[in-house]
Amino acid sequence: MKFAIVVFPGSNCDHDAYHAAKHVLGQDAEFIWHKDTSLQGADAVVLPGGFAHGDYLRTGAIARFSPVMQEVTKFAAAGGPVLGICNGFQILLEAGLLPGAMLRNRSVKFQCEHVIVKVEQTDTPFSLACDRGQRLRIPIAHGEGNYYAEPEVVERLESHRQVVFRYVDTNGAPTPEANPNGSVNNIAGLCNEGRNVVGLMPHPERACELSLGSADGLVMFESVVQSVAQGTVATVR
Amino acid sequence: MTISDEVLQRHGLTRDEYGRIVEMLGREPTLTELGIYSVMWSEHCSYKSSKVHLKTLPTTGTRVLQGPGENAGAVDIGDGLAAVFKIESHNHPSFIEPYQGAATGVGGIIRDIFTMGARPIALLNSLRFGSLDEALVRRTFSGVVAGIAGYGNSIGIPTVGGEIAFDETYTGNPLVNVFCLGLAGKDEIIKGVASGAGNAVYYVGAKTGRDGIHGATMASAEFDERSSEKRPAVQVGDPFMEKLLLEACLEVMKTDALVGIQDMGAAGLTSSSCEMASRGGAGVEIDVSLVPQRETGMTPYEIMLSESQERMLLVVKRGREAEVERIFGRWDLHAVHIGEVTTDGLVRVKNGAEVVAEIPASSLTDAAPQYRRPMAKPAYLAEAQQLNLATLAAPPSPSEVFRRLLASPSIASKRWVYRQYDHMVRTNTVVTPGMGAGVVRVKGTQRALALSVDGNGRFVYLDPFVGAQLAVAEAARNVACAGAQPIGATNCLNFGNPERPEIMWQFARAVEGLGVACRALDIPITGGNVSLYNETDGKSVLPTPILGVVGLIEDATKVVGRSFRDEGDAVVLLGSGRGELGGSEYLKVIHGLVKGVPPVLDLDLESALHRLLVSGVASGLIKSAHDCSEGGFAVTLAECCFGTGMGAAADIPGLEAVAGFGPVATLFGETASRVIVSVDSDRVAEFQALARALNVPATAIGQVGGDRVRIATSGEVVLDEPLAELEPLWSEAIDRYFAIPRAVA
Repeated sequence: MKFAIVVFPGSNCDHDAYHAAKHVLGQDAEFIWHKDTSLQGADAVVLPGGFAHGDYLRTGAIARFSPVMQEVTKFAAAGGPVLGICNGFQILLEAGLLPGAMLRNRSVKFQCEHVIVKVEQTDTPFSLACDRGQRLRIPIAHGEGNYYAEPEVVERLESHRQVVFRYVDTNGAPTPEANPNGSVNNIAGLCNEGRNVVGLMPHPERACELSLGSADGLVMFESVVQSVAQGTVATVR
Repeated sequence: MTISDEVLQRHGLTRDEYGRIVEMLGREPTLTELGIYSVMWSEHCSYKSSKVHLKTLPTTGTRVLQGPGENAGAVDIGDGLAAVFKIESHNHPSFIEPYQGAATGVGGIIRDIFTMGARPIALLNSLRFGSLDEALVRRTFSGVVAGIAGYGNSIGIPTVGGEIAFDETYTGNPLVNVFCLGLAGKDEIIKGVASGAGNAVYYVGAKTGRDGIHGATMASAEFDERSSEKRPAVQVGDPFMEKLLLEACLEVMKTDALVGIQDMGAAGLTSSSCEMASRGGAGVEIDVSLVPQRETGMTPYEIMLSESQERMLLVVKRGREAEVERIFGRWDLHAVHIGEVTTDGLVRVKNGAEVVAEIPASSLTDAAPQYRRPMAKPAYLAEAQQLNLATLAAPPSPSEVFRRLLASPSIASKRWVYRQYDHMVRTNTVVTPGMGAGVVRVKGTQRALALSVDGNGRFVYLDPFVGAQLAVAEAARNVACAGAQPIGATNCLNFGNPERPEIMWQFARAVEGLGVACRALDIPITGGNVSLYNETDGKSVLPTPILGVVGLIEDATKVVGRSFRDEGDAVVLLGSGRGELGGSEYLKVIHGLVKGVPPVLDLDLESALHRLLVSGVASGLIKSAHDCSEGGFAVTLAECCFGTGMGAAADIPGLEAVAGFGPVATLFGETASRVIVSVDSDRVAEFQALARALNVPATAIGQVGGDRVRIATSGEVVLDEPLAELEPLWSEAIDRYFAIPRAVA
């Protein structure tokens, strides 16, 4: 299968996502410049981490106006699998492809460290290969990852099973101490109602090789490969 | 035009220097010309006080591809690749405006690296502050850390390591030294030269504003109570702009349309144009009216001297202009053709049709003044070197000393700091901060690079010659502990006012020491930076040479870190203690003293130790390695345990010392060339045979396991502490100075 890795001028995890898809997983991958208007027939789209346009304004606020985002929106509407990682997640929120918004971390500081997330749902293209309740050790690296949505939106996210990943402690409990940034309901990642668009703050592409401290993130990429192979997500051309 | 003393003083020039300018030009300079000379001849740009000493350093070696004189040094790491690296200071701006001062320091060193055609892959920093008990220091400290994070995280270059120490002498003059390493094709290194008459000179990047005018001159003067008035001389960083420049420049460099490139760092457009012309033996003519400007009404003087950040000067082959403009355009950058390369050796600055400066390029660089400033052995030394333990209060119990040292900010965990740095982006970081030298793998090869920055100002204060050698030894030892062969170094020499003979003596002796150690350990210095005038109200910081050492690991999968790995492993001490307390953290923390002489350094033993570490790690015998530095053996052993959930028990020979100081000297003395390693218990004999062959003492002293740190000296238990009590003292010490809610991952 083929991954499209969207490159905004300030993306800085684009090469990491590419490396994970291409060199670790052995799949096809292509960089897509943010001014491009074609996804080059990719089977899945990754919006990588970084600071898309410097993000001096709200993170991702400018990126949603990049020409490529119209294609991403169409791709998502047609059911194609889209993964937003960190800044990519922030862009999905700004673009309205996922509900809610990001606030500054509770610590009011950038935080880079490993956290534990629990897989809450396995019927998305990026968690299909996981076991429900599986705990993954994956790094975060962000200053604005404090997920917020209005109470009724959060309620709907929970009742529609759209919370895909949640920050938990080593016992799997979503405690306040296990929540690195203050996100409502310890939400680390969620999906849209169609379940094909997933955004998360942790960086699975940084946790694909044991030599880097963890290979727990690889399962998210394996999931989408499996989804595409099984035809459980739409093929968009 | 008659130049008054006051104008000269404002330009940091002496009457003698002014006389030389008149002589070289054959006439009085214009004000713009005077401004150009003032920045080019400033200490910061000209190294006028330090050059005669720096020339004595070893700068060549079989791996050296680029020594001092370019934007950065480069060494051959095999596989057709070069490691390009340099360290630089941003001390003065970081005191005046901590966040922007530190951020722009990071921006500057990154530009130095990508200017060489290398993609930056790792950052480190070495920081010095006053006591965290002071609110001013906490503000400086947190501002500097946030600034480093803000810039490095945004541009996407991981900060993989560093070191921080605290001492009151740095209160009004913190040290912010930043190191960057990049990778380039060995044959693709680009230089900062202007050549080829008629080739186009291009300006690209941020617009020029009035920020930072005379920043280089400011960095060449002492601070006083009016320093905060110099705030406009600090620049404001824009990491997003730099990211665009980085990507666009690397893309332009892949074409062969480029002749040379240099960033506009200190002294901005002036230094970049003059230095490129001088290196290329050519002249440059530029028109400042074409320079993109952020403010209206800027004079040629201001445009030439502005230190606005994120700007580059390029020389492009004639006929290839459109191609280069197209690449920059793709990144939404506007490359502006502002002049040409000429053959007359002059830097000619025009404002439209009017010539506002016309100066021989070499008079600004090669012919800049060089001083062999007077030196005198400092009066404080004789007294400071006398350490008579018998006159001190009796030492507290080993347990109390141990706990206080672990909580001392210089020793304590720096997690509060490095957690704010993205240390994983680019997915190369094999050893993360806080675990020893930073280690990054080199994708596409089997290799990895280990990086360490080190220096101990107290040791240099007490003996600059030995102290500087210890800095080289420690940085090299740290990379060797990861299993890396040290292959190159860069230095950042932070000292006081060189016009004071005692400071100049410290500097000269330290440089001698660097030379001796680098020769003995076979580590060439490929470049660096000198930061003088680190003084506030006439009081100098501790003389602080910082060494950044790059080490090469042949097999990235073999790298080891600081932490013990398995219960039951043997703990082996390499080297042996001599109970040296001179200049130690113990003396400072417990007795409030900086006294004595620094530890003796045997460079033959040090060199053998590095060989043992490299071969021991490569053969898989060494499972972890951690060097003994501040806090001595006991602190080092505890640090090997922290984060693992495992304790350790060790028995080391007790050392004699006067008046009941035996146990503290044994436990907390800072004898050099010592490393604690762990080895599989059934391979100890094999490892010791290897050590014997290299003449390195290797004593099996104990075992990993349990939940306590227990140390006996000559069979008698002198420390026996529960890990669960020790670890928070160390891991939360810095957090305790800042009332922030703690999130637990």
